[in-house]
Amino acid sequence: MSEAASKGVTLEEPFARRDQQREADFLGMYLFLASEIMLFGGVIALLFADRFRHPGAAEQAAARLNLMIGTANTVILLTSSLFVALAVAAARAGKARAVTGWLIGASLLGLAFLGLKGVEYAEDLAEGIRPILGRATPGALFINLYFTATALHAIHLTVGIGLMGWSAARVGRGRVKVPNQSIVIEMTGLYWHFVDVVWVFLFPFLYLPRH
Amino acid sequence: MGKETATLLLTWAALMALLAITVAAALLPIGPVKGAINIGAALAKAALIYWVFMHLKEVSGFLRIAAVGAVVWIVILGTMTFTDIVSRGG
Repeated sequence: MSEAASKGVTLEEPFARRDQQREADFLGMYLFLASEIMLFGGVIALLFADRFRHPGAAEQAAARLNLMIGTANTVILLTSSLFVALAVAAARAGKARAVTGWLIGASLLGLAFLGLKGVEYAEDLAEGIRPILGRATPGALFINLYFTATALHAIHLTVGIGLMGWSAARVGRGRVKVPNQSIVIEMTGLYWHFVDVVWVFLFPFLYLPRH
Repeated sequence: MGKETATLLLTWAALMALLAITVAAALLPIGPVKGAINIGAALAKAALIYWVFMHLKEVSGFLRIAAVGAVVWIVILGTMTFTDIVSRGG
């Protein structure tokens, strides 16, 4: 961690130096996200195992999902990540208005993702794609995993939108001052990018198994 | 436009290109290799996001290991799962 990045930052207990404090902030967030990697990794391992044990069943089930909406949502999330990265760059440059703008933009993209996901769920249900309780066939197991994974992801996305809205409001009202308190935007950004990474893996495992 | 903004825009463009490749691979009749392309593209996208957007390129080696260490555990988890599936014959 460079000394320059933490210049002007308030030094809190128990840290001796600002760069040490900054390193600890990043370490905590990376470790929390590592626990999230384990959570989603388990779901993805199940998808992988289902596909391996029952070749063909996952492909048939996946072909029923809406690839168009899945792809559009991937574009939306990747772009929202760019917005958040630009918000962090603006925070480091001390441009408060730009931070608020990019964060609001990213939140709106997050809401667009959720909206499209809602449309997709409604379509799925209308077409008889729904979670099945009890003993499931391999194809039904795939659909169950699809709902589990996407719902779990949507919960994380909702939290991320809340965090970004909160951060935007704090910066907008001057409660969080940039560049000195850029760490708030950086940590919010890490969470949002991680939610994006999760989707980057869910997308091929759910939508792309095709013959 | 500053150098940092240019880097961020280029990263986004690369992510879009990888998405186009992976969707094209899934739709084209190219056989089993599409699975490898899809996983490869996902890993490349995740690496770009972690390296640039999630600041791994600017932090210490210690933090890099902390950030991606869980990937090692996921590989162990996946290997154990598959050892079971393969050795019991379904």
